[in-house]
Order: sequence, then C-alpha cells, then structure tokens
Amino acid sequence: MTVAANPKYIGTRVARKEDPRLITGEGTFTDDVMLQGVAYMTLVRSPHAHARIRRIDTAAAKKEPGVVAVLTGTDLEATGMLPVFIAVPGMNGSKHMPIATDKARYAGDAVAAVVADSRDAAKRAADLIAVDYEPLPVVVDATKALEPGAPIVHEELGSNLVFTYPVKGGDIDKAFKDAEIKVTQRIVNQRLIPNAMEPRAVAAKFEAGELTLWTTTQIPHFVQLIVALNLGLGQNKVRVIAPEVGGGFGSKLQVYAEELLVGYLSKTLGRPVKWTEERREGYLATIHGRDLVENVEIAAKKDGTILGLRIRTVANVGAYLQAFAPGIPTILHAFIIPGPYKIPAFDVEVRGAYTNTTPVDAYRGAGRPEATFAMERIIDRLADEIGMDPAELRRKNFIPPDAFPFNTISGITYDSGDYEPALDRALAMADYKGFEKRRAEAKARGNYRGIGISTYVEICGLAPSKANSALGVGWGGYESARIRVHATGSVQVFTGTSPHGQGHETSWAQIAADALGVSPNDIEVRHGDTFESPGMGVGTFGSRSLAVGGIAVHKAAEKVREKVVQIGAHLLEASPADVVVENGKVFVKGVPEKAKNFGDISMAAYLANNLPDGMEPGLEATVYYDPPNFTFPFGTHIAEVEIDGETGNVRIERYSACDDCGRQINPMIVDGQLHGGIAQGIGQALYEGAVYDDNGQLLSGSMMEYHVPSAEDIPMFNLDHTVTLTNTNPLGVKGIGEAGTIGSTPAAVNAVIDALSPLGIKHIDMPLGSEKIWRAIRAAGEGRR
Amino acid sequence: MGHTVTVTVNGTSYSREIEPTLLLVEFLRETLALTGTHVGCDTSQCGACTVLVDGRATKACTMLAVQADGATVVTVEGLAKNGDLHPIQRAFAKEHGLQCGFCTPGLMITAVDFLERNASPSDAEIRHAIEGNLCRCTGYHNIVNAIRTASAEMRQAASGEAKIAAEVQP
Ligand code: FES
Ligand code: FES
Repeated sequence: MTVAANPKYIGTRVARKEDPRLITGEGTFTDDVMLQGVAYMTLVRSPHAHARIRRIDTAAAKKEPGVVAVLTGTDLEATGMLPVFIAVPGMNGSKHMPIATDKARYAGDAVAAVVADSRDAAKRAADLIAVDYEPLPVVVDATKALEPGAPIVHEELGSNLVFTYPVKGGDIDKAFKDAEIKVTQRIVNQRLIPNAMEPRAVAAKFEAGELTLWTTTQIPHFVQLIVALNLGLGQNKVRVIAPEVGGGFGSKLQVYAEELLVGYLSKTLGRPVKWTEERREGYLATIHGRDLVENVEIAAKKDGTILGLRIRTVANVGAYLQAFAPGIPTILHAFIIPGPYKIPAFDVEVRGAYTNTTPVDAYRGAGRPEATFAMERIIDRLADEIGMDPAELRRKNFIPPDAFPFNTISGITYDSGDYEPALDRALAMADYKGFEKRRAEAKARGNYRGIGISTYVEICGLAPSKANSALGVGWGGYESARIRVHATGSVQVFTGTSPHGQGHETSWAQIAADALGVSPNDIEVRHGDTFESPGMGVGTFGSRSLAVGGIAVHKAAEKVREKVVQIGAHLLEASPADVVVENGKVFVKGVPEKAKNFGDISMAAYLANNLPDGMEPGLEATVYYDPPNFTFPFGTHIAEVEIDGETGNVRIERYSACDDCGRQINPMIVDGQLHGGIAQGIGQALYEGAVYDDNGQLLSGSMMEYHVPSAEDIPMFNLDHTVTLTNTNPLGVKGIGEAGTIGSTPAAVNAVIDALSPLGIKHIDMPLGSEKIWRAIRAAGEGRR
Repeated sequence: MGHTVTVTVNGTSYSREIEPTLLLVEFLRETLALTGTHVGCDTSQCGACTVLVDGRATKACTMLAVQADGATVVTVEGLAKNGDLHPIQRAFAKEHGLQCGFCTPGLMITAVDFLERNASPSDAEIRHAIEGNLCRCTGYHNIVNAIRTASAEMRQAASGEAKIAAEVQP
C-alpha cells in the first residue's frame, strides 16, 4: 500500500474545512459551553512558594450567599492523584494531589476549592477562606536545589533529585584527548510560559450515571481514562469532549487538577460545574516549558571535524512531575542533540530537580529546541574559535545522504535525510554570499548586523509502542481511525488525534479522499469526542498526528476502498484488479461510461442482498496504526538581524528557512505551522522569559510583564522545502508541527551574536532584549577603551 | 440588579437588566449568548475580545456593559450580511490567517475598523494596527496577508460601486 501514483488532493492547498465556523463565531470552545443550572468553581491558590498548611478555616466562606460547597484537600482525596505517563530509570516520583493537603510547593498550588452559583460569589467566598500557612525556605534554581542543604520540596524523597539520565556513545575521553581545539559554553535555556491564546477551561455534567466533561485538551482519551479510573466510573460512563481548542503547544497535554475536580464535583454535587482559568491564574497553574542549564563542551580538529560532545544538564521540573515531564529533558532532548552531524563520541548526563516553581512540561518542541539550541550554539562558537565559516563547518560534519538509515551515536536510527540541499537553498534565499556588504552598510548607519544559521534534525511521529515502552513511556504510541461510509455514500472519518489549530479535518479529508476516490468536500472528519472516536486515541503532540494518526486514516481508507473495489467488481461483473475508483465513480478500466456511483456501492453494502459470497454487510473500517520507527524531519533556518547601535534593539530583517518534512499533505497548512513555530522560537530568542524572585514569586506573572510577541515583533518569512520521503510509513510523511520552533531560536541568537562578534562578544543568554544587548555593547565598548 | 441597558448588537436592539459591574464582553457572551467574542486575558493585552462599539474597535473586556448603553455593537457574528461573508472573513480563510481560530474574531474586527480608516495600508501599517491583538498560532504572516488581500478586495468593490454609481447617473 502506497500513496496513489498521482494523488489528486494530497499535496494541494485545499481550503480548510474548519474555517467557515471559526470566521463566523460559530465554533464552540469549552468556555462557550453553557449548561443549565451550572455552578462555578474557583480555586484558592497558595501565595507562598513553599509553606506548610497548618489550618484552613472555611466557616465564613461557607456562609457566603450563593455558595454551594467549600472543600479542602482532605475533602477531595477521592479524586486521586494526577498522573505521570513516563518513568525514566531510577526516577523519584512525586505525590501530586489536585488540592495540596500538607504543604503548598509553589506559588499557585491549589489549597481549597469553592463552588457557587455565580463566579462572583465563588470569588467572594474564596477571599473569605483563611489559610494558616507556615512559610518554609524556598528554592527556585534547579542547580541550587541539588546542593546539599537546599530546602526539600518533597521530604519523603530525601532530596530534590528527580533522575540522573545518561546517554553515552563512543570514547569521549579519547575524543577530548585527541582534540586540537575544545570549546565550552554554558547555556541557559530559559523558562517559558506557553500562552495558548485560549485559557484553560473545564465544564461537566453528570446525568443518568454518565459524566460528560468538556475540556481544553490535546489528549481527550487520556483525560477520559484517568477521570474514569480516579473517580471509579466505567470508561463507558465518562465522555470527554475537546471541542474547539484554542491552541495548546503542550500546555494542554496534561490531565490537570481542574479536570478531575470539575468531574468529581459535578458528580458529587449533582449539578453541572464549570471552571475557566483567568490568564494570571494560568501563568501560575498551567505548565511552563524549557528551563534547562547546560554545560556544553565540544572537541574538534582545527579543520572543523567534530570529535566529541560532552554535555551536563540540569533540568528544572518545578514542584511536581507532570504527565510527560520526565521524558522532555531526557528522551526528547538527549537523544537528538547530535542533530545532522556525525559525532564519534557523545556523553550527556541530565539531572532533573524539583524546585518551588510551577511544574515544567512540554512546550512546543519539548526537548528538541533545547537540544538544537545547545548544538547550534556550540557549533557557532567552534566556528568562531577556528575561524571557519559557520555554514561550511556544518556542511563538513553533515551525515552524508548515502548513510541512511543512520544509527546515531546516541543510539537512535534516522530514517532518511539529505541535509546539504536544504542548507544550500536556505543560503541562497538568505543571500548569504552578499551578507558582508549588508553588514558594512549597517555599520555605516551605526548599527550591528549579523546572520545566523541553524541546521536541525528533530524527532517526530511519537512513536512505536515498543520503543516507547523501552524508553519508559507508559502508554503505546499508536493512533486510531475509523471510517464510516453511510448507505447514501456520505463519509465520516473519526480520528484519535485531537487538533487545536493544525487543520486535521482538512488534511485527513485529503488523505481519505485520495484513497476513496471522492472529494474532500464529501468527507466529514470528526475528532475530540471519546464517545464517537475509536476506543482509544493517543492525541496531538510531538508532531505525531500526521505520521501516526494520518497514516491510520490512510490505512482505514485503504481498507474501505478495498471493499468498494470488491463490491464494484461484483456488481460490474469484472475482476477486482480491473476496477477503478475515482471522482466518485467505480468502473472497469477503459469503460468509464458504465460506472457505478460511489453511493451505489455503499447502498449495496447496506442492502446486502447482492454482495460477493461471504462478504460482511456494511462499509466501515477501524485501524490502530503503530509505526515501526520515529520520523526525522530536518532543515536549515537563517535569520538576519540588525541591532540598533544606540538602543540595543534587535530587529529581524530577513528570515529564510528550508524545511524537509517528507511528503506534504497540504502545503498551505505546512507553511502555517512553520510560521507559528518560527514566531514562537523568535519569542524565546528575543522576548520571552519567566522570571521568579528568590522567594518563588513569579515576577513575569501576567501578559503585561511577559512579552508574547505581537505582529510588530515578527518579520515576514521566506520559506522553501525539500522533500525527502521516509519509508517509515506508506505516505512518506514526517511531521512539521514543531520544526519552526526548533530551527528558529538558534538561528536568531546566532545572528545576534554574529552581529556583536566584532565587539568580542561570544555569547549572551536569552532572551536577547534591548536592555541586555545595550549593556553588552557598552560593556564591550568600555572593555576595549 | 437595577441597571437597564439597551444595546444594539448586530442590528438587533436588546434591553436587559444587569449588574453594574458586568463587563461588555460578559454581557455579549453570557447575557446574549454571543460566544464568538472571546476572553484571552485579564490585563487588556490580547485583543481576543475586540468588538466594534459605534464603529470603533474596542476591547470589550475594558468596558462595562452599562457604558455601552445606547451604543451600536458589532461582533464577529454580525460581520456577514445576509449570508455573504465580509471580505475580511473571506480573506482570513483564503490566506490561512487562522489556525485555532481563538484570536480570529478579535483580529478581524480590528482589521475592519482599521481598513475603514486606511483603505490601502502598507504591511508595516497593518502590523502596527494589529499590535494589540495577539495570536500564538500563525506568526502573523498570513494575518498580514489576509488583511492586505481584504483591503484590495474592498478597494475593488468600492471602485466597482463608484463605477456603477457613475454609470447610473443621468
Ligand atoms: S480579553 Fe484580552 S484584551 Fe480583552
Ligand atoms: S489562530 Fe490560534 S491564536 Fe491566533
């Protein structure tokens, strides 16, 4: 089974099926779900980053008019613990209850819940709850958290160390002994706040023994599973619906406290309950991303040949382990650090640490941006030390195209790759050769101009279930799809993926349309309702939806097509090998005038009185697809910046990228994914960063202090693509959801450092805001005087 | 209770008795069940709640419903006329100017107001105009394209109307 030789819809810019409802205000997001007789939940959150809860006095709150219930952690233990889906070897897991019982471990940790007739009443009552806290010493910095004598976040664990995760290959000691040059760089990959534009929300009702729960999630089936298990309900009695979801980027890739609480409260109170996050609350209580400190050392020859790489990383996981947190700085980071390069020796060790901060988990790219950033910064540092062109240094170390499948020094197998064409196209788009002239012109203006390259390889398509299991991931990496053709010929695709902006309704329709020989307009794609989809869906994260879920759709469509061919051959009295299915018609090759309509075939499948002998009636297929490997997209991103010599303000003047995600289903959607990803990566490079004070107070606690890039901060993008198919799946697709974020951050930072390199500046930690740059320029200027 | 406001929303006049503290965005979403207008922040930063109040793009989270007494409000639900999409709606779809669609109503409304005042904007002017509307999905590239496309279409339609008007002159 492979993609049709001449696909009609795959590879074309089909208009999105999602858009008509979203541009007219008809889409229903979770907070738009209005339930009769609903009560509102508000959570009381600890203002202290670390404090023992001595006593909670709820008497006054209970008397407030309109209050339905006031509950503390001990009242709510029946909700069970929040899940962690990954266990790396030797991991010290944390006990994580939806409402803290003994102590608050970060500012924002929930300590009580109020349910009332109105939001205002709930808030007023929450203000009346008196919590007697005993403040404890606080640790915010992960490195300090691992030092002896640091305050311990989870006393029962004895230390803040979550795990020590080594990944090694080759002879690292020899590499450093043989090195003609060694470069070391400490890199801070700062903490980010995801800021999906839609705040989280949950609504639930419990009727006739059945719980229906609407939630802003990327993984409705996992929410269903955990809610059912924790609340002691049959999975058949828990319907989770992810309606329109307004962006996720990993921040909705959790089973959150509020989902368990709203489910539990609507069940026990016998009344619908709703909770909507306020943005400031989200800054505290929705997961953060990144937050690694890496010490990176590279060993090389003077001609640029890389001999080895040694990295020591400390990852801040925050106060509790969240669903996928243990896998981010480990599996998704350490293994992919080598990127597109041949690296003979490799030694990485990642330590995770609990701190008194908001939990950290997946944020777009999740581990891979950190890996690429470390690699691409050290490559530029090496290029600078040996006086080699950064593009040529990369080219020299690329894995050659004839080396695939390629086993990396970190122990994974790259499916396919051809890195030089992407580099060359990006260099051409960026007019790399003409850059020095532009640098000189900027200098004449009193400005600093720089160009920065990043070449990356990332991991997508998470993942083969057996590989997942070997890595400690506690759930399979398959995806499901069901295709139902009704008697009249209308087609429904049910997918286990859960899109929140990625356009699966369109792309999956394109895939199914090509297999079924009908138009995408005749196909309806439904997702995000656990009572409609196949029994289990894994969900949308890690750029896995197409390479796993899209393939499940393709395979289900191929099965249905096969049955259409069989029925068609029977009705046309021909051999199945001669039957053609296209443009909604089924006919014998060469005799299109004697065609049956697609609807005639589906009708025959349900009339069932004239089917081939032994054929089951009906026309539908369900597939659970488990891929044999991950996929490894790659590309080159090049940023060109100009820094105002007076203010230190950085502007991206030109942005060029050539990405290779294998076959594209809808090039318009591919480019859109890249645009958004690049903007987020530029956000990390130049603008964004969560800041805590030493007491664990989040200083960047709202959109006023945390700089989410606006249209004025972001340039237009020049995009190009190469297409290197993967043979991991029959469509040759790889994934594109996170590539932009992975490629862009190092490109932008490398450009800024390149601009400042004439001043002798070697590295500045992100975000590269104007004040920091201005200070660096001044310091360098003074240094020279 | 006790405050009665009368607001014309998308061409229909509504009189409702409301709390004086009710925000305009809450009035639209909860009192009138017009949920196309969204709430994305609590600091007037995101622009998801933008609606037209007497023709000007306004963040509906920054205004009390009582302040809108007597005003004419247009929300995303009122952009299409008699089933015909507004050019900005068509352009957002055509240019892939939306992904999750959460920011989209606010951005389209801001663009409608802006294009009223600047019929042929430069890209820089477009970016400046939408700087108060955050989008986390699109990187703005296709939003800028969409607003440029809409402006071209609206100019063409306007010149077409002018031509028709000139032709029917005696
Ligand atoms: S809701 Fe964010 S500006 Fe109004
Ligand atoms: S389309 Fe998702 S926030 Fe703009």
